[in-house]
Amino acid sequence: MAAAIEAHGLIKHFGRTRALNGIDLTVQEGRVLGVLGPNGAGKTTAVRILATLLKPDGGTAVVSGLDVVHQATAVRRTIGLTGQFASVDEDLTGTQNLVMIGQLLGLSTRQARARASELLAEFDLTDAAGRLAKTYSGGMRRRLDLSASLIGRPSVVFLDEPTTGLDPAKRDDVWEMIRALVRQGTTILLTTQYLEEADALANEITVIDHGTIIAHDTPRGLKRQVGGQTLEVRPTDVASLPRVRELLIRYGTREPDQPAPDLLSVPVTDESALTTVVAALAAERISVSELSLRLPSLDEVFYSLTGQPKNDQTQNDQTQIDQTQNDQTRNGAAA
Amino acid sequence: MLRDSLILAKRSVIKMVRNPEQFIDVTLQPIILTVVFVFIFGGAIAGSTGEYVQFALPGIIVQTIMFTSLTIGVNLNTDIQKGIFDRFRSLPIARSSPLFGAVLGDIVRHSIAITVTLLFGRIIGFEFPTPWWHVAIAVLLIITFAVSLCWVSVLIGMLARSSGAVQGLSFLIVFPLTFGSSTFVPASTLPTWLQGWVAINPVTHVIESMRGLLTGSTGVVGDTVTGQVLWVLASCVVLVGVFFPLATWAYRRKI
Repeated sequence: MAAAIEAHGLIKHFGRTRALNGIDLTVQEGRVLGVLGPNGAGKTTAVRILATLLKPDGGTAVVSGLDVVHQATAVRRTIGLTGQFASVDEDLTGTQNLVMIGQLLGLSTRQARARASELLAEFDLTDAAGRLAKTYSGGMRRRLDLSASLIGRPSVVFLDEPTTGLDPAKRDDVWEMIRALVRQGTTILLTTQYLEEADALANEITVIDHGTIIAHDTPRGLKRQVGGQTLEVRPTDVASLPRVRELLIRYGTREPDQPAPDLLSVPVTDESALTTVVAALAAERISVSELSLRLPSLDEVFYSLTGQPKNDQTQNDQTQIDQTQNDQTRNGAAA
Repeated sequence: MLRDSLILAKRSVIKMVRNPEQFIDVTLQPIILTVVFVFIFGGAIAGSTGEYVQFALPGIIVQTIMFTSLTIGVNLNTDIQKGIFDRFRSLPIARSSPLFGAVLGDIVRHSIAITVTLLFGRIIGFEFPTPWWHVAIAVLLIITFAVSLCWVSVLIGMLARSSGAVQGLSFLIVFPLTFGSSTFVPASTLPTWLQGWVAINPVTHVIESMRGLLTGSTGVVGDTVTGQVLWVLASCVVLVGVFFPLATWAYRRKI
């Protein structure tokens, strides 16, 4: 199997800021790579370099076997790009947008029209085809943008935070479309701020922060690294928090976090922890108003991988103590 | 590349028609300007509205075209802000196609403005005493000047942060150029210091050329019509020589 995307040591500066500090990315043909990181981590910069919109200051990148700097035009024939902000022309209708891009890709007017109506149907936009894009809802605009990226039947598609700002139902729609692309054999590089999204779609996940790769693994491996799922408990009575904390220390993998004054959360290794905790809470007669199991948030992923919260916020003493304890726990586990 | 530019020019024409503000710029605005100047100031400046329309209409065409030729910077700036340029850049087309597409779209815009102004002028009594090919040369000349001037706007559009800033800066440039000329009043009625500026202002020569070609007037500022036209062509060469490299440099840096 050949690599559809292969980048080595990508470096990019913007003035004095180093947006990318030597990044390696490889995606095999027909696979999906999720690039996970917070705002400003360098995700978009990496995508823009791979999609030939930016020139790297250092390193090399090859997409579909073509160099992104020296063979940029040839690369552009094989890729599709959907940016973070939908880049369609608001003053054109859905059809006009797609026909224009089809023509720019070298299709005849007739071919471009045929391809446009095909994609509009596929993305459930046929009814809105004649309406100006500015009247579209956020979800429709995203779908139009995605279909615009697919007109030239690209073999490599870059999706830069394709679901940011969409409500959960619309997000599921976009996920379904991405899965359909994968079934057709398209190689996808997807950036996201949600582990859940990367987990749902990607074969492999690269976590980046401050322009550096801090982890690369399969979703399963990464979840193992960051402590699998997170259990959250909100007791009805705040006074029972200390008892809940003790209980969570017993069943969790580390000292619980306190994301809200009345809420405790702790990573757990497997889903059976939920039943165990429910039984223990019942035995201790602690009533809870909320109890849930979810994948770690980006903050928690970063916390687990780096021992640092992703933002440099001022921390109170308690979290610092927690952090030190956490470091010790992890060091102990590693040894 | 020509095909791509034409496809993108079509886009810019569709956008103009959809965007009432820009469409009014080239249709209603020259009509309103003509009405205001000819009927309100005409009597006072030239003694009669009939005489004044012969004097002012060529100037109104020039002014309209000047303002229109500066919208290109605003439009390009907006396109970049909105992300549509990223889409173009991820396509296998020449990087300059969106730029030349916008310029071609502008030529359509100018043609509409000129046609509207001449037709409306005719309705309110403007006469064409010169041969038809003088009129054709006048139209070509003003479009050539507009296309030469538009690179100033492209440069501003690439350097300014927001489209609002582009608009503001462009007005700062257009105002002294159009009003500090013989657009609305004969240059001889101006104070001496201003006459100095008017004489070197390229827009004055554009207006005098247009007057000469459209109405057969021999010009108020010195030269013959041929002399004026040569002046205009020379200023086009200077504008393009200075601003085309700067604008395309700024464009390439951004794109």
